[in-house]
Amino acid sequence: MLKLDGVSKIYRVGAFGGRELKAVSDVSFEVGEGEVVSLIGESGSGKSTLGRMILRLASVSGGTITLDGRDITSLKDRKGYYRQVQGVFQDPFSCYNPVFRADRVFAMIKEQYFPQAGADEWRKRVEGALESVRLDPGNVLGKYPHQLSGGQLQRMLIARAVLLDIRLLVADEIISMLDASTRIDVLNLLADLRARGLGILFVTHDLSLGNYVSDRTVVLRHGKIVEMGRTDLVFGDPAHPYTRSLLASVPRLHAKWTDALPEDMAEDVPCAYHEAPRESRTRPGLAEVEGNHFVACSGCGASKIKEKA
Amino acid sequence: MALNVTDLRVYYRTLRGEVKALDGVTFSVADGEIMGLAGESGSGKSTLAKSLIRLDGRMRHVGGTVELDGRTMPLSDDIGMDRFRFREVSLIPQYSMSALNPTRKIGKMVGELLDSRGERPDRAELERRLELVGLSKDVLDRYPIELSGGMKQRVVMVVSTLLNPSLLIADEVTSALDVSSQKAVATTLLGFRDRGLVTSMMVVTHDISLVYQIADTIMVMYAGRLAEKAPADVLVTAPRHPYTKQLISALPEVGVRYEDRRLTGIPGNPPSLLKPPGGCRFRERCPLAFDQCAEQPPFAEVAPGHFVACWKAE
Repeated sequence: MLKLDGVSKIYRVGAFGGRELKAVSDVSFEVGEGEVVSLIGESGSGKSTLGRMILRLASVSGGTITLDGRDITSLKDRKGYYRQVQGVFQDPFSCYNPVFRADRVFAMIKEQYFPQAGADEWRKRVEGALESVRLDPGNVLGKYPHQLSGGQLQRMLIARAVLLDIRLLVADEIISMLDASTRIDVLNLLADLRARGLGILFVTHDLSLGNYVSDRTVVLRHGKIVEMGRTDLVFGDPAHPYTRSLLASVPRLHAKWTDALPEDMAEDVPCAYHEAPRESRTRPGLAEVEGNHFVACSGCGASKIKEKA
Repeated sequence: MALNVTDLRVYYRTLRGEVKALDGVTFSVADGEIMGLAGESGSGKSTLAKSLIRLDGRMRHVGGTVELDGRTMPLSDDIGMDRFRFREVSLIPQYSMSALNPTRKIGKMVGELLDSRGERPDRAELERRLELVGLSKDVLDRYPIELSGGMKQRVVMVVSTLLNPSLLIADEVTSALDVSSQKAVATTLLGFRDRGLVTSMMVVTHDISLVYQIADTIMVMYAGRLAEKAPADVLVTAPRHPYTKQLISALPEVGVRYEDRRLTGIPGNPPSLLKPPGGCRFRERCPLAFDQCAEQPPFAEVAPGHFVACWKAE
């Protein structure tokens, strides 16, 4: 459905935009229908930039993003695109205007996209969408944002996206502002929406959340993909030292951090990319170490020799 | 005993009445103990942390006492508290990345800070402390803007502990950091205690799995009251309060997948603290609630070092 092919993003930085910062370089992956793909990375890895490019909130510097084979950057019909693709962001509190009732977000959708819908019919649709995110319409309709909890506000934003009958949801850190006891409800909700055929790009820095909900995982570092593939393969048997060190730093409940020194990017660490046979390098810069599990070079000696030459 | 808190009550004044954010908490922290303080937003954990250092204008100390090393702290006396601040109790603030003065070089700012407390800066000691957290002494000649988020966090940690306080309060210090810097900051906190720079520590967080890595004991708060306090291992593996049980089973972990094991959250919302219901405040969301819960259960010791506020915790 959604396909990214060699996507790059260059920001101009410095006083007169004289320097260039490559926030995303040469990233390719797909999101299929009914599939949750999590995009994992630390701050500055380019994960949010990718989400913004897919939502057309940022321009694409190189490569193409296509939806059903059509380039999204050249689409004339912006509205038609947003009928299919919507985003939900980190901070639900700042997505509402505190002066108006929270359900104004639904009224704005009606105004913009469904001006012909009758009042009764529309009310039924709103209630249906709220029920699909497991909110009680009587409890949330007519309330002001400050009367609702963060989890409720976040679920209303997801309901707003669902109203449009979208096919792809870009969920950028939607869980991190929520409390532990309501977090899991929003995650389960994403899994339910997936079962209805919605494709979801789940952007997060939290490995355990990504692991819980996603079918495939893409690990980003400094704007490049270091490892990607089926979630159970990437987390079960990480091939890249960066993924391994990330996994080792995640605090867990039933195991304490070991005192073992983190594996750094030393040259003697075997590089899964260069050890894999040449014919397995099926994507640029990535080797397929096993079915549906790709890894990039760990920055080992072999790549340095090549750079010098 | 380093810290003894007895029946502490701190309310917020609002236009609609008093919000009972901290409503009768009694606990103690032993010498050398790192206590994790966990809870959701609105549980009162940050109010507790703030009360021990400075009440802001909206906060009112309604009752209860706080004793540190045998001396009673005058919570509502802003000037009297100055004898304790920085020397006896010190705070690493939640947004420590913005806690540094942007117009001063780090070294000068630290000098001015010590000066205001009537202390002489000891340059050699300062450099040694910076080295402990993995910073070079060059940072003293830099402006805050020249440092990364993790570096600023570590500078603030060094400054807060400079006078070897008896109690260090770390308020959500890791929540704005990446996983790898989280680990570094958490282990630095542990190092402060192990090197004897601080006697005991209260680590306030919403992330139980993070605090479990470094804390000796964990205390869980709910709606302005204490729910449970136990040694870290016990709290995570054998919690007794129904709220703690549900909270821990709602945490996704690496290795847990949606298809294999669907986790459930806790239905409902915490009660409003403007007019909180009588009795146990978790009653409405609790699967075990029964008639006696209309009466507030005591925070009782059910096993050595394990306190629970629940009638059904045996």
